Amino acid sequence: MRLEAKNVFFRYGKKEPWVLENVSLQLEQGECLALLAPSGCGKTTLAMLLSGYLQPMQGEILLDGMPLRKKGLCPVQMIFQHPENAVNPYWRMKKVLEECGEIQENLLNVLGIERAWLDRYPRELSGGELQRFCVARALMSGAEFLVCDEISTMLDVISQAQIWNAVLDEAKKRNLGILAITHNRHLARRIASRVYELPGRDF
Amino acid sequence: MKRMNRRTKALAVSIAAAVVFLLIYLLGILIPDNAVASGFLQAKLPPSWEHPFGTDALGRDLLMRTLKGLSVSMTIGIAASGLSAVIAACIGIVAASGSRRADAFISWLIDLVMGIPHTVLIILISFSLGRGLKGLLVGVMATHWCSMARLIRGEVLQLRNRQYVTMSRRLGKTECWILVHHLLPHLLPQFFVGIVLMFPHAILHEASISFLGFGLPPEQPAIGIILAESMRYISVGMWWPAVFPGLMLVLLVLLLDRLGDNLRIVLDPYSAQE
Repeated sequence: MRLEAKNVFFRYGKKEPWVLENVSLQLEQGECLALLAPSGCGKTTLAMLLSGYLQPMQGEILLDGMPLRKKGLCPVQMIFQHPENAVNPYWRMKKVLEECGEIQENLLNVLGIERAWLDRYPRELSGGELQRFCVARALMSGAEFLVCDEISTMLDVISQAQIWNAVLDEAKKRNLGILAITHNRHLARRIASRVYELPGRDF
Repeated sequence: MKRMNRRTKALAVSIAAAVVFLLIYLLGILIPDNAVASGFLQAKLPPSWEHPFGTDALGRDLLMRTLKGLSVSMTIGIAASGLSAVIAACIGIVAASGSRRADAFISWLIDLVMGIPHTVLIILISFSLGRGLKGLLVGVMATHWCSMARLIRGEVLQLRNRQYVTMSRRLGKTECWILVHHLLPHLLPQFFVGIVLMFPHAILHEASISFLGFGLPPEQPAIGIILAESMRYISVGMWWPAVFPGLMLVLLVLLLDRLGDNLRIVLDPYSAQE
């Protein structure tokens, strides 16, 4: 499988400036691609386009040559930068995970999720703990591609390493395609086989 | 003694208020009709041990009449606020999750109904339906749904764009599933608190419409009726038919308001840590 952005243009309103202009990139299954760019260059926007949260104004997002499905499980899942926004505050963590089907015990072990956390509410967990749940949820969903939008930016170094190791191990096991969005050049070089830089913008 | 935390206290207050509320309601229903029978021998008696609230011009015991009146008011309040809350919830959800045109129409309707003074609209509706219980109920129902519908519409619009909801959609969940599992748990507390806070409004409107003579018939023991009658005698120094029933109405409304506020604290999960 191959995820592809073809000459994508995007802006948030008809009178707004372009956020992305003529962006193209390809991501093969089993590959880890890092996307590097300074703040405000449209990294998150590109991630949302690739995972179907937004539609491009021009150009297209293709999965194996076909546009992304609008209904049903999307084979491209995004993990957000702020996990506290990505879980329902009224749900216990167990229910958050079960939204993607049966809980996979081995994933919990790999990501270092303690069983006691499953009965807690999101508010009773720290950002790093929550992000582990978000990663577990994305991996459990059965997606073929993961778009990781600065998933480790707010974590300490040890948690960063733990989460990325888990993600990369699973990706290798299941032959997933990973798009890692980051500011961190060292992290990018460490995890990715290829680095793509969005062209900067003049302000 | 161990100090109660805010949540436990709120729960205790809510339960106490609910019990008092139920008690008044049941008392009003259980009081037999002959307890409010007229007797000219004991007309216009001031408050005493035998008649704590005094008696009115027809010799009816005012305490009994007030209690019965309150329970009539409550019935109207429950029916009217419950039904208008259901209308509000349906309209709010349709407005927010339906088409843009439906939303525009409903928003226009809400503005229209809110633009007319409640009392005038209730009088018109009640009068055209031949007054009485039916007219009042329909009148209160038709006017009280809008503020809550607007609240729920706003809430749904906001929730629909939350990250976890958009994400749920990308995980292949249907709109219906999202409504039941993601949206309703957020709306339910709003809904309950909305009902309870709408309740005193409905009761006050019922009383004021009856007071003005467009609501319940004069033989019915309702607070509005009692207050309207008391106006005739207040100038000759009969203060008790106005003061006690009026006071009871105010107390009931305050009690309900308290119940609503505390219920909000109990139902909101964030309040646990305050």
